[in-house]
Amino acid sequence: MNKLLSAANKEVLFMGNEAIARGALEAGVNVAAAYPGTPSSEVIENLASVARQRNLYVEWSANEKVAVEVAAAASFAGLRSMCVMKQNGVNVASDFLLHLTASGTRGGIVLVSCEDPGALSSVNEGESRYFARMLEMPLLEPADFQEAKDLTKWAFELSEKVHNIVMLRSVTRMSHASGNVICGKLPAKIPRARFVYDGPLTDPLKGPVISTPVGVKHKLQQEKLKKAGELFEKSPFNKYIGPPKPQILIITSSACFLYSREAVSMLGLQKRVGILKLSCTWPLPEKLLKKYLRLASKIMVVEEVLPFMEENIKVLAASYPREIDAKTFHGKIDGTFPSVGELNPDMVAQELAKIMKVKYKTLPASYARELQRVAAVIPPREQTFCPGCPHRASFWDINTALKLDGREGFVCGDIGCYAMAALFPAIGFHTVHTLHSMGSGTGLASGFAKLDMFGFDKPVLSVCGDSTFYHAVLPALINARHHQADITFVVMDNAGTAMTGFQPHPGLTLSATDETVPAVDIGKICAAIGAKVETSDPFDLEATTKKLNSFLEKKGNLKVLILKQVCALSPEKKGKKQYEVKVNEKLCLGDECGCNRLCTRIFRCPALTWDKAKRKAVVDEVICAGCGFCALICPQKAIIKTEVAAR
Amino acid sequence: MKIFLAKDPMNIIITGVGGQGNVMASRVLADMLVAKGFYVTIGETFGMSQRGGSVMSHLRVSQKSTWSPQIPFGQADIVMALEPSEALRVLSRWGNPGVAVLSNSRVVYPIGVITGDYDYPHEQKIKSIFKKLTAKSWMIDATSVAMEMGNSVLSNIVMIGALAQTKLLPIDRHAFEGEINKSVAADKRDVNLVAFDAGAKMI
Repeated sequence: MNKLLSAANKEVLFMGNEAIARGALEAGVNVAAAYPGTPSSEVIENLASVARQRNLYVEWSANEKVAVEVAAAASFAGLRSMCVMKQNGVNVASDFLLHLTASGTRGGIVLVSCEDPGALSSVNEGESRYFARMLEMPLLEPADFQEAKDLTKWAFELSEKVHNIVMLRSVTRMSHASGNVICGKLPAKIPRARFVYDGPLTDPLKGPVISTPVGVKHKLQQEKLKKAGELFEKSPFNKYIGPPKPQILIITSSACFLYSREAVSMLGLQKRVGILKLSCTWPLPEKLLKKYLRLASKIMVVEEVLPFMEENIKVLAASYPREIDAKTFHGKIDGTFPSVGELNPDMVAQELAKIMKVKYKTLPASYARELQRVAAVIPPREQTFCPGCPHRASFWDINTALKLDGREGFVCGDIGCYAMAALFPAIGFHTVHTLHSMGSGTGLASGFAKLDMFGFDKPVLSVCGDSTFYHAVLPALINARHHQADITFVVMDNAGTAMTGFQPHPGLTLSATDETVPAVDIGKICAAIGAKVETSDPFDLEATTKKLNSFLEKKGNLKVLILKQVCALSPEKKGKKQYEVKVNEKLCLGDECGCNRLCTRIFRCPALTWDKAKRKAVVDEVICAGCGFCALICPQKAIIKTEVAAR
Repeated sequence: MKIFLAKDPMNIIITGVGGQGNVMASRVLADMLVAKGFYVTIGETFGMSQRGGSVMSHLRVSQKSTWSPQIPFGQADIVMALEPSEALRVLSRWGNPGVAVLSNSRVVYPIGVITGDYDYPHEQKIKSIFKKLTAKSWMIDATSVAMEMGNSVLSNIVMIGALAQTKLLPIDRHAFEGEINKSVAADKRDVNLVAFDAGAKMI
């Protein structure tokens, strides 16, 4: 049986994202929509896995804005719905959200934003809590796994009480961490969708759902926010632990609560330090804060990444000088904690120890010195493209074509695994020189191409993956065509949203819940715009570079090359080698070759290693994926590929 | 019957390289311990795990409560490494004189070593570091054993079998079998049990 459907009162180990999914099920969620993004994707994957049993509609939407719109429609029709995204997704959805928070909602609707302090799997660590303040919507932040479930369930109730969308913010160390959770009851009833719109314009529950008249709706929105703040005052999710008269009060939220509690325990300060854990973080529960701020004159705010709570608490303290006397704040603003990266128990313990004048644990000095010596001999392990990754081959093709072209052309990058071509020493050749948000590579290329009137003469390419194409590339592509930007746009189509775990996208015939759906063809869309479109296999070096060079030579229009090759980690390819690949030691000239070790220095496949003793290349059969591409790049033809008989 | 831990919380770090089955190993181990009635907290970094980077799972096992998903530095009790240089990487930050280390001996070279920019420490050197900096250590060739069974990815289960045999944790074959029956497809259960037993024999 699916663990997500465990019986009430059963204690199970849930990942934070599983706990959020279970909370939504206990709330009786009907519709869930999302665009994949680490660390958020497992919420929808889990809901999709029980969609049939629980009568849910679950989809992977084309992007986050559409996901919120799909969820909002369900709310307008009186159902409970959820939309899930990583931090960047909130930016994408923000335009609609600004209007949604003004129009208000009906059935409970929850926006889950799973964020990534420290950018463990992102190209930014932007945080979306500020959106809650800017868009005037309530914000909840679970601080452990049980709470991730319980708070999600409550978020739906809160949304229905205030008739507005509620934001639930998680972080990697919550979403991708796991802990014990006691399950609650799963509801039985299936509601009926009904959209009422013929009431008066000023009645948000019976009239049309719109953000005007602005004066009326904005005022109403702020009253709803105030009501949420009142509900937060009594919420059991905000908790104080510690002595009645602490010497310092820590105010914290989310995973930082677990770090703070651990730090206090490491220093043995349970009787001297109080912790106020807030799970309702916008608007702040004012009365509750006034009560606890009175307990101590020293306040430490522990949060990630920016000083969101700290700022809001300081504004509150400044607003009530008679009730809250002068405090010394320790947080991000005074530099106690950095406003960059994630925190951990040690960082909290270290700072707390300084303030409390106690000793922070240390290892024996001689042992610590030995550890430093060990650290010096460990080779770093940089991220790179996987063995058999089509992207490494695609960039090799592009690099070869640009070298042949000889005009120092370059690539505007985009978001996906292929971003590594710009980010890390993943490959020993670099063609990608810009990297921003989803779809931005093609917008930038469109702009670069129009600089010819100012003497700019380098050929410009942009790349994107298949899922990114549908998410945000289309407007930029239409722009490029309409303004006759001379660019070559390469789609690296690996048949799925590979980086986040092969979620389907509109180019595939499979939905989130395994139904057959019509695929939207990238090539046909590009042709309909008026682009010249070609398709190639990135593992076919010769044919691909030929097509690229003919595109680069052709002036004055949008050219699209679709490079099709399934991701090496896809379920259909994983563990199946197309080729056995070996190095013929007699043919490999090693250091003497004059190729400067093209295979191991420049190509950089983890499976193609260097035998130091023999001074020759060698294939690691355990990790080689058998794509055979490296056989094409060796100038000595020393890498031999043999087709594996179909199994 | 109440089972006691040698320490509370017991801090375990499972480490390796993306694609070695690190996350699965931490899940299986955690589920076995939850089934015994413990609170288990796992902290994982696997967003980039499929792209050849270092992967690490922090497990906190406790009779009392959930703990931070990040173990404080210098406080690992057990390190299980699917790749030897990753054992060193974890030791260099979470090591302490009482730590026990169980490491696979099979090397996965980082890109910087392949290009010749960095040296990979010799197996003898790694063993001597273990000896000097840990209370107990084992180095076993789990990958070769798994390859003899036809699939190198089983090395994570070989390692779990070995970990159970060290008796550092209240887990055994019976608990493993219970877990496998719950989470693994019927046709793959036997091979997992064989891998577990093979690992146990290596200690």
